[in-house]
Parts: sequence; C-alpha cells; structure tokens
Amino acid sequence: MGISLDTIKKNPGYSLHIVKTAQYKTNTLVFKMKAPLKSETATYRSLLPYILQSNTATYKTTPTLRSYLDELYGASFYVDVAKKGEYQVISFIFEIANEKFLHDSEPLLEKGIAFLAEVLFNPKKDGESFDVGTFNNEKRSLQQRIQSIYDDKMRYATTRLVEVMCEEEPYGIDALGDIESLDNITAESMYSYYKQALAKDEMDVYVIGDINEIEVQKLFNQHFKLPNREPARMNSVQKKVNEVKEKIEEMDVKQGKLNIGYRTYIVYGDPDYYALQVFNGIFGGFSHSKLFINVREKASLAYYAASRLESHKGLLMVMSGIESAKYNQAVDIIHEQMKEMKQGNFSDEELSQTKAVIKNQLLETVDSARGLVEILYHNVVSGYAVSLEEWLKKTEAITKEEIIAVAQKVELDTIYFMKGTEV
Amino acid sequence: MEKITFEQLQEEIYHEKMTNGLEVYILPKKGFNKSFATFTTKYGSIDNHFVPLGKENYAKVPDGIAHFLEHKLFEKEDGDVFQQFSKQGASANAFTSFTRTAYLFSSTSDFDLNLKTLVDFVQDPYFSDKTVEKEKGIIGQEIKMYDDNPDWRLYFGTIENMYHNHPVKIDIAGTVESIADITKDLLYECYETFYHPSNMLLFIVGPVEPEEIMEKIRNNQEGKEFQPPREINRKFETEPSDVAMKDRTLHMSVQTPKIMLGIKSADLNLSGQELLKKELTVSILLEMLLGKSSPLHEELYTNGLIDQTFSYDFTQENGFGFALIGGDTKHPDELTAKLKQILFEAKTGKGISEESMKRVIKKRIGLFLRSLNSPEYIANQFTRYAFNDMNLFDVVPVLEQIEFNDVKVTTEKLIEEKFITVCQVLPK
Repeated sequence: MGISLDTIKKNPGYSLHIVKTAQYKTNTLVFKMKAPLKSETATYRSLLPYILQSNTATYKTTPTLRSYLDELYGASFYVDVAKKGEYQVISFIFEIANEKFLHDSEPLLEKGIAFLAEVLFNPKKDGESFDVGTFNNEKRSLQQRIQSIYDDKMRYATTRLVEVMCEEEPYGIDALGDIESLDNITAESMYSYYKQALAKDEMDVYVIGDINEIEVQKLFNQHFKLPNREPARMNSVQKKVNEVKEKIEEMDVKQGKLNIGYRTYIVYGDPDYYALQVFNGIFGGFSHSKLFINVREKASLAYYAASRLESHKGLLMVMSGIESAKYNQAVDIIHEQMKEMKQGNFSDEELSQTKAVIKNQLLETVDSARGLVEILYHNVVSGYAVSLEEWLKKTEAITKEEIIAVAQKVELDTIYFMKGTEV
Repeated sequence: MEKITFEQLQEEIYHEKMTNGLEVYILPKKGFNKSFATFTTKYGSIDNHFVPLGKENYAKVPDGIAHFLEHKLFEKEDGDVFQQFSKQGASANAFTSFTRTAYLFSSTSDFDLNLKTLVDFVQDPYFSDKTVEKEKGIIGQEIKMYDDNPDWRLYFGTIENMYHNHPVKIDIAGTVESIADITKDLLYECYETFYHPSNMLLFIVGPVEPEEIMEKIRNNQEGKEFQPPREINRKFETEPSDVAMKDRTLHMSVQTPKIMLGIKSADLNLSGQELLKKELTVSILLEMLLGKSSPLHEELYTNGLIDQTFSYDFTQENGFGFALIGGDTKHPDELTAKLKQILFEAKTGKGISEESMKRVIKKRIGLFLRSLNSPEYIANQFTRYAFNDMNLFDVVPVLEQIEFNDVKVTTEKLIEEKFITVCQVLPK
C-alpha cells in the first residue's frame, strides 16, 4: 500500500523524524514546538513564530531573507500556530525543490536545514530583546489577525461555540491569543519567553523527501544544538455536562450560523477512538452522512451541514448555515439524527460506505508531505504510537455495536446560534 | 494514443482524442496512493448568451444557471451520485468557474469503477421539476453564505467595478431572484449545448496504467451515442477597455477595513503561448513590485498599511483579464494611494530590475515544481490551460524565455489610470 512511516531519532532536546520517499519533487522540513495551552502564554506563542520568520541576525530585513529563499528556487517558508487538544503547537514549514529536477544542482537541502536553524536560533535582537521594529510590526499584524476572526462570521461562530462551551477549560482559549494580553507584551518579555520556549517546549522535526538519512542526521547534529528537557504533558480535562447551554447572539448576518458542540469522552489513542471516527462519518463527516442528507438534501435548509471531531480533546462539533427563522426546525432535525445514531438506526451500507471513505481520506492525506506530518504528529500529541496500517485495520474491523456503544457516550453540551438581525 | 515526455521534470502524459471529440489526458504518478480525475466542460458562468442546440437564435439564460446545473447533475432518478462514489470509497466534488464546470473525484481504490461512475453520471442528466425547486433552497443558502463573507464581496465588488457589460461581473452562483427563474427545460437546453464530448476534457492523474485506462474510456465512449460535434455560438457584448466604476465602498460587519485594487487587462485576444507569456510576465511584475522580497512590500508593512493577508494575482482568459491587489488594512485610502504610486512609478523603472526579475523567475520555477506534487493542481490547471490552447508543461520554458524588455513593455501597456479601480469594505 506504500505507506511511509517515520524513523524516529531521539536527539538531545528534540526528536528527528525522517521519512524517505521518492514521491515528491521537493523536500519538506517541518519544525514543531509544543507546550500546554495556557492563557498566560497563548498570545506569546501566537506572536513568536511571526517574529522569527521576519528576519534574522544574518538576514536583517524581510526582503533580504525572502530574496535568499527566492534564490533557493523559491523555497516555501511559512509558520502556523494551532491548538491540538489542550496543547498549543507552533510549526515552521519549509519546502524546497529537490535539485535533481533542476538544471544546476546546488545542495539545496543542506541550505534549507541551515536556514531553518538560522531562523530558530539566531534572531535579530538587541541585547536581551527582540529588535523593536520587527516586534512592533508583528504585534500590529497579530492584532489585525485576532480582529479578523470576527470579520469572517462562519469562523467567528465556530470560535464562539468553543468559547461558550469550554469557558472553564484551557481549550476555550483561542490559539491566536487575545488583544488584552497582546497589549502587555514587550520586545523584552517576548524575548525572554522565546528563551524559555526553546529550553522547555517539546520539539519535533520532520524531514520528508528523497533524502539520505545518514546525511540528514549529520546535518542536524551540526546545526541543531538544544539542551535536554522533560516536556510538560497535559492530561485532557474531561468535563461532565451538567446542563445543556443554549446561546443565541444577534449579528448583522444574512444567514444564521448554527454550531453545536458535544462531548464524546474519547480521545486519540483510546481503544474506541476508531469507532468514534466511524460514528462521526455516519453522522455528519461526509456528503453521504445523515446531517448532509437530512438537513440539506431532504429539508433543503442549508448548503453546508457537517460535523467534525477534535480528536485530542474529545469534542464533536456540528456546523451549518441556515435561514434564521428555521432555527428550531434545523436543531430538531440534528437532534433527530443524533437519536438515530444512539438507537443504532443506520444501515450496514452506511457503515461500509463510511469505512471506505475514511480509508480513502487517510490514504489521500498521507499523499501530501504536509498531510503525512499531521498524521504522524498525532502520535506525539497523544503519546501513543499508532501506525497508519493499524489505524486502517482497526477502522475496517469496527462493528455496528461498537458504534452504538460510542454513541451512548456522546453528550450534547452547547448550542450556539448566530442569528441574523433581519428576522 | 500519443505520449508526450517532459524529461527534466520526469513526467509523461498520454493523450487521445476520442471519435466523438472528447479530449483525454492521462498522467501516471507512481508512488501515490491517490488517483484523481476531472471531467470538465468549457462552460462557465460567463456563457449566458448563446444559440441553444437545435435552435437558430441567440437566447439569454438566468444568471447562475451553469452552477445550478452543476449541483443538479449529481441527482439521478434513483438517488444521489455522491452516495455512489462513497460506496466505492471515493470522494467526489464539482466546481463552476467563470469559464469551466468541472466534476471530479479522488480515490485510493476501485479507480476504474469510480472513473466509469464519473463519466457516466456527467453524460446522463436527469432533471425534474421537483428536484429543481428543492435545489433553490440549498443554493439560496450558498449565496447567503457568500453574502456574509467580506472577502468574497470585495472580490466580486472589484470585478463589478471593472466591467460594463461582460458577464464575468455576475456572481457565479447568481442571485436568489435570478435562480428562481431556472426550470428543468432550461437546464436541459444548457446541458445539450455545452456538455457535448467535443466541448469537454477528461484528465486523469495517479498510479494508473495509461493504455488500460485509455482503452476503457474508448470503449465507454464508443458505446454511447452523441450528435455530431457542432460549433457553439456564444455572444458577448462589446466591452469598453476602461473600467465601469472607479471606486465602490461596501459597508459590512467587520472590524478591519479591506481594499482591493483591480487592473483591467487590455489586449484580450491572446491565446496559446502568447497568453501564457502575458500571464507569467504580469505575475513576475507584481511579484517584483509587491512580493515579500521587495523593499516596497517592506515599506508598506513597516508603515502599517498591510498585514499578512496582503496578496496579488493576475488571470486572463479569452475576453477578460485582471490583476487584483489588496488585503486587510487600517488605512484604506492611504494604501490605495500608495499602491497606485507604486504601479505608476514602475512605468518609470522604479521597483523593477533585471536582477530581481531573474530572482523572481527562479522562484516561479521552484513554485511550479512544488505544485507538481499536487494531483489536484495538475488536473485543474492543465484543463484551464488546454481550454486556452496553452500547455501547463510550457510554464518553465516560457519563464526561461522572458526578458526584461518584455516586463517593461507589459508594464507600459497594463498600467493606466483608466484601467484601475478600487473597492473597499468598511465597518458599518
């Protein structure tokens, strides 16, 4: 089946994951830094990668840094901050052409690794502070990024659901951080947080491409020198539902945005996680699922009606865009579908269809280097080593009874509705 | 079947034109799990005025009908084709653009069966009054979803500013009012006119055996009956070269204003290598002036006029073309003025140089290589290029041919006050 798995080398301070494959015309490097999600540090962590990617002590301005990347045949370099369960993960993603497809063959991978080390460990600074100009630019940029969540109402509704549902849990914190904390960060405090993160975060590097493993290991030994550490682990808080929350907010929107959150009490690595995946597939994950068929195709209420899992926190989220006046009807239909799941009212065909699509989705994901890294990284976040083959095999073996058992665990927690002002 | 080899890229493509006119391309990709196929008709939202098959006179159809047809083609008398695909472990989708409607699936097993499902469902329409009415509710919600999206409103606002008459200014999905007029008969009329095999292209990419697949497609097509190919007559009203409106402001529920500056492209009768060269040359110009390597970008960023959302793009097809530049900004008027200044100063040589052109070309070559990792990109772009008589695999050779003088000439022609428009989204 051609599934590539990573060879993992524990180096001082970080793990080096190598996947050797001839599938791509490029080599991909992904550096990940992980720490528990906390309100005191969330905004620092959201700002940090944007400062680091702007410039370095050697490439003092963004144009010089970016010109250098252009010279490396347009190496792509970007950063990302995301929530994985109750961890906040910073990623630096670097992709560079494999020189064998180019007319002149410079050793591009080596330059890429050196560049990544430069960005991470040699920032432009002023004593024990980041360069103030760079810091101010990125601070302003982050402020706009946080504000823009509100501007995209579909995304804002999703954010609001999580805030309302998880207000007493770390998961309720947005990965972007918040404006108030941002106001209080200075170039000095940011630099001191950077030093702390470098010393304490759990670090993983992925190298994917048609590469020589020994050479890659050698290059990392040369460029990545980090102190040993004992990374902080977070045990996902499993909060019981005492009372179902319903929150309706009025906004200037033409379409109402309905978001519903459930707790499943099942996370990645749990024995019934595979059954939960299949449950989600039958319920709302795909275009053959109950939500799509009943909310969209039969009732003609919505264009999108779907569900997805937050695998490391154990949440199930439904989202749909509906006419504001149809709120009750839509909620009733969604509740009805959940009831059907709990009662086991789904066919063998729905079951086998869902398994086939999940298998396809997994195999497709690992076809892209980025997708492969995300799948492999689940193991780091959860602390369980699950191979893709195992994942596929276990999914295939799921029975109707196991899904019904999972369905009994699923509890409605919060209904959030962003209602249009026109109705 | 012909085989075309691209040696440096280590890729090969197999091509055959079926007797009914259908163009088929297969690009084998070893090592991938996934196969991907797109079945595309050269029919999009702009094709709203044409001579329907079997008729003699031009007729206009409701706005949004190409997109509506795309939705409805998935529904058959015995159910939904999405169901069929997922039973076969595939994930299917479709999209409608200004000039194309594409149906696609990806799968990691049962490729032959899924390919047959794709080709057969697109070539066997079933529309009924009842399902057409039901779809109006669903598409109505799709339209409203986009109405709430400030980036989409900004994009279409800018295009609307540019065009007096050309249907590219009409939203692809139409409006709630325009789709109300769509009937089963109108859908059949559009279908019969534009879904003839001679107006379509099938592209396959993945770990497949080209000879085998081509044989199956041949047998499938020869087992079906089609009218002889006939030329499709489309009508577009004359479009003045200047923009229709210089500016427009939309007020929405946002915290950060957004602007988009549009440059309406002239000399629109290009196709083939000439069109490819123009697209690439304008892209290089924009990248030199406004890319992250440019000191002008740095200046805009440091002065707080732009943030990470800032972007630029150029696209051209037969009959329309435009550059779009913009993003979120706290200072919409100042950014507008500054962008115009950068563009006009480029005509005097500021911000462009042969050295930076060479660097940008290198970057574009790397970008192209990267995009060849994506089967979706290859299939979609190859089809778009083929419909405009261009070849996706000419990108690198054409990039290598571009000279600094080409950039100067293009800049001179592109940037004129009468071609420029601005749209803003401001908080209410």
